[in-house]
This record gives sequence, C-alpha cells and structure tokens, in this order.
Amino acid sequence: MSTNLPAIRFSGVSRHFGEVRAVDGVDLEVRDGEFFSLLGPSGSGKTTCLRMIAGFDHPTAGTITLYGQDVTRRPPYDRDVNTVFQDYALFPHMSVGENIGYGLMIKKVPRAERARRVAEMLDLVRLPGLAGRRPSQLSGGQRQRVALARALVNHPRVLLLDEPLGALDLKLRQEMQVELKAIQQRVGITFIFVTHDQEEALTMSDRIAVFNHGRIEQVGTPAEIYESPATTFVAGFVGISNVVSGDAARAITGRPASFTVRPEKIHLREPGAPTAADEYSADGQIRDVVYLGMNTRYRVALDCGSDLTVVEQNLRTTSMDVLAARGRRVRLAWERAHSRTLAESE
Amino acid sequence: MAAPPPPAASPGLAGRLSTFFYMRPRLLLLALLVPPLLWLGVVYLGSLFALLVQSFFSIDDFTGRVVREFTLRTYAQLLEPANVDIFLRTTGMAAAVTAAAALLAFPLAYFIARYAAGRLKAFLYLAVILPLWSSYIVRVYAWKTILAREGIVSWFFAQLGLGGFLDGVLALPVIGGPSLSTSALGMFLVFVYIWLPYMILPIQAALERVPASLLEASGDLGARPGQTFRHIILPLAFPGVVAGSIFTFSLTLGDFIIPGVIGDSSFFIGQAVLRHQGTAGNIPLAAAMTVVPMLIMGVYLLVARRLGAFEAL
Repeated sequence: MSTNLPAIRFSGVSRHFGEVRAVDGVDLEVRDGEFFSLLGPSGSGKTTCLRMIAGFDHPTAGTITLYGQDVTRRPPYDRDVNTVFQDYALFPHMSVGENIGYGLMIKKVPRAERARRVAEMLDLVRLPGLAGRRPSQLSGGQRQRVALARALVNHPRVLLLDEPLGALDLKLRQEMQVELKAIQQRVGITFIFVTHDQEEALTMSDRIAVFNHGRIEQVGTPAEIYESPATTFVAGFVGISNVVSGDAARAITGRPASFTVRPEKIHLREPGAPTAADEYSADGQIRDVVYLGMNTRYRVALDCGSDLTVVEQNLRTTSMDVLAARGRRVRLAWERAHSRTLAESE
Repeated sequence: MAAPPPPAASPGLAGRLSTFFYMRPRLLLLALLVPPLLWLGVVYLGSLFALLVQSFFSIDDFTGRVVREFTLRTYAQLLEPANVDIFLRTTGMAAAVTAAAALLAFPLAYFIARYAAGRLKAFLYLAVILPLWSSYIVRVYAWKTILAREGIVSWFFAQLGLGGFLDGVLALPVIGGPSLSTSALGMFLVFVYIWLPYMILPIQAALERVPASLLEASGDLGARPGQTFRHIILPLAFPGVVAGSIFTFSLTLGDFIIPGVIGDSSFFIGQAVLRHQGTAGNIPLAAAMTVVPMLIMGVYLLVARRLGAFEAL
C-alpha cells in the first residue's frame, strides 16, 4: 500500500497539562513504510506524542493526520493504528490465542478465519503452537512477541511501539531489535517506536526524531543524528557527549561557537607531533582510562580548559599498556570535517 | 588508623531468643501457627462437627427429649411444605439482595478504583465503611421508623403526589404489605442497605488490580467502551463480585434480626433456627436447618467456580 501521503503528520501539536508543556508545538512527518523512532529522555514528550497518535490522549492545540485523514479528535477504537504497550498489557483472563484474536473478535471476523490468522501471526513472531497458553505461563520475551502479534494481526496502517524492549535483558533486547526490524520489513507497515535508548534508535530506525522538553531538536537518519548533531542536546544525548564551547572552542577553532567531535574520530598522538592543515589539534593530559575490552576510553583534560573523550580500538595495545597511559601528556588531533558546530539547546 | 570495634555485647535473653528462632524457621512457623490452628480446628470446626452430629439425632415427640441415635428423620422434617417455604423465601431474598447490591456497588466501586484519588478516595472509603462502625441493631430499628406508614418515605411520596403509587406497590402480592416496614420490599431495602459495604469493597479491590493499560489496549484493538466493559472489565472484576456476593448471600441467608424487625410475620431460616433451638428446644431440627444454608452456599460456590470466578485469583 504505497502512497505519497505521510503516514502521520503533526501540525503545531501541543499537549499542555495545566502549566506543564508535555508537548509544545511539534511539527512532524512520518513517511509511509518507515521505521521511525521518537528518541528522548523520560519526560521529553515522546510517549505523549505516541499516545496522541493512538488516541489515548488528545492535543490541546494542533492537528494530527493519519494518511491525510484528520484523527485529532477520534477515540482509539476509531483509528487504524495499533499499539504494543510497554507492559505488554496482555489480557490475563484470555489465552494467547484469544489475546491475539481479540481485535478480530471485536471486528466479528468468523471464528475459522480468526484461528487461521492467529496461527499465522504466531508463526511470524516465532511462537508456533502456543495459542493455548496463558500469558502468565510465558517468559517476558514471549509476552513481548504475543503483544506484537496481537497488534499486527489487525493489519494496522501504523504500528506504535512504546518502549517495548525496556523490560528485557540486554541479550534478548539485542535479538529482538534485529527481529523487530526484520518483521517490519516483512509486513511493510509504518512503525513508530518510542525509546530512550539511543543505541536502540540508531540500530533500528530509518529516521529518528530527538525530543527534549516537549520539542523536537532534530529529525534525521541515524547517520545524520550521530555524525551531524544539530544542537548541544542531541550531541550530548546521542553517543558520548563531547561538546567544547566558549574560550576552549575559540582556542581550538578560532571561533567561539560550540562544537562537538565524536570520540572515535580523535587521534591520540605524542606531544608536539605535527598537525596536518586540515586538522584541529589540542594538547592535554590523560586523566582517566577505562578499558572496555574491544576498545579503550580515555578522558583527556585539555590545557585550554575543557574535557574530551577519546575512544581507540585496542588493535595492538593490551590492558596493561592502556592503563599505564594514565597521567601521560598527549596531543589530540581530528579532521576539521569531523567537528560539528552546534546550535544552543533551550 | 580506626579504633578497633568494641567487643560485641553479650546478647540478652531477647537476643538469644531471636537467634534461636532465626536458625530454626520451621519451629518459629509452628509456634506462630499453633494458636490460630487450635482456634480454627477445635473451636470452629469442632463446633461445626457437633452441629452436624446433632442434626442426625431426633426429638421424642412425647417427652421432648433428644434421642441420641442416628436417624434421617429430622432431615425428612425439612421437606415439610412449611419448611420448604422458609428455604425458598430466604434463598429468594438472598439472591435478590445480592443482585441488587452488585448492581448498586459496581459503579461506585469502579469510580473509587479508577477515578477517585487522594482526599476524595479517603472520603469515599470512609463513607462506605462508616456505617459498619455503628450498631447494626440501631440501624435496623432506624429503618423501621423510616419505612413506617407515618415515616419519612411515605411522607416524601405523599409530598410528590405519589402516595397512590406507593400504595399500589404495597398492594402487590409477595413483596407488598400494609406498610413498607411490614413488607418484603421493605426488608429487601434494609438488607441491601446493611450489606452493601461488603459488596463494594471486594469489587473495588478487584478493579484496583486491573491496570489501566488493559483498558487502553482493548480500545486500541477496536473495542468500544461497552465492549471493553463486557470483555475486559467485567471478567476481571468477577472474582470481586463473587467474593462480595458470598458475603451478601450468606449474611442474608443466616440473618434473623432484620426479618424479625422489618417485614411481615413469615419466617426466614435464621428465625426458624432461633425458635427451634430456643423456644421449642428442638436442637436436632435447628441443627439440620443450619446445614441447609451451608449446602446452599456450597452449591453457590461450585457454580461460581464453574463460571471461572476463581481462575484470575
């Protein structure tokens, strides 16, 4: 079902709770078939946005359209979207099959077809034959899959996922990230995914909207968000914060504008080593070394009065070598193209 | 250099006792369980057993003495039309009171569980529980006055020009009577009033355990509020409704005060038991009559289990 209309469009959407501006003047377009993430810290308004798309909450200003249809004031049962809840919200008094078939039962789909589509969904989420179980007999990962199947069986035009992987342990979460992405590509439904985990958003999304204080700071592909953060907030929230501002920035680049540089783009060199014409450099002292196995993270205090984090792969070094580096003087250098000038966040 | 820790004080008796029990958790459990088990096993089950034994004795019609021999004669007496009448009347009243209490309690319980918070919630709790703090007999007699022919209810209907309507209702067979306070309808009203808190609290507790996300999920999957109520809220609150109805049903079955104060002179089980064991001195028949509500409750619980009332517990 390809169309030029955006799957979801927010036009000047606000949701104020009295004095609290949970969402404040958000404009947003999610394209058809996209895996779109709403990323931000808790209380940044991402979940409220998702709830307004689902219809559990309604904007105090602005409009929301779903494939061109104004759904701003419609109740949840009257819009073609389905939600995977953070706590899964499986009905405890129904079997797995009844849970998945609930939406079809409400739509009065005949029993035989319901059973067929439930079985199909159980195959899709790799839980074949579990239709007779109770939700309480399932593991967290299995419940997660049932919640996904229960939403997808209705073939919604947009699927909303509210931090669905938050309750899973790391290994399972990484597995589910890959699987969720694969399922999305298979069913071709627009996914809107809420998360506070930047790594998760970078791994799975086609595009990401970064939220802060009820507003969107930046919308872009994972590479754009990571490599060219638009604001100090995005630079700090996505990846390791490496923001230099004020006098320290002037000392390095000659301009007072804040900039950021990703830790893996910085080279550690001997003091006094030459700097190429297309590089920036700064001298400092290694203050902290964290050995992470695959790589090592150095915290360097710059002489010009700022801190930078540097990550180097342990290609030849051992933990003994890197830990001995603490306190050594170094020169940091990176290509000018890897510095990003930032706008100030509010 | 830190000062060495002071030597541990030698433990007192309480300390030694704590350690003794800490190391022997099973012994502690036993010590804690013996008193309630004695109470339940000996006092409670024991007297129940004595009751059951009594019901298989009979009374000598001539001497009025209890004959301590096993017989089913007393149970046969239960099947006399006058007694069957009492059982049907009592069970019918208990069922009607339970149904009415459930219908009245549900909306309030739902409101307390889902919408009320803070002070309002505390106030509503108090309002529900407060009547239980005052004497039940006082409240029953208060209702007798309220429902009397010269009482406030009749007066109110007369003021609204509906006195004829009230008289019409009272003229109905079975539920009617000379006045509200001497009719089955009046008794029904008082029963519902007295037992309502026992219905509200369990339903409220059951609804409290239903996460809001389940209701959102149901709406999200296309269910209108009425469908969400039927498919999600009601089934999940059902254990609470059953718990509450066990209270209202069994309390109505066994009550002998309200039928004595309110209503006409037709007997209820509780009154019959009271008369047989008190005035008439027919302990075996009184015991057999007590077994009847127990059987009715047993059947009731089996039906409730069939309906899945205990599955979500």
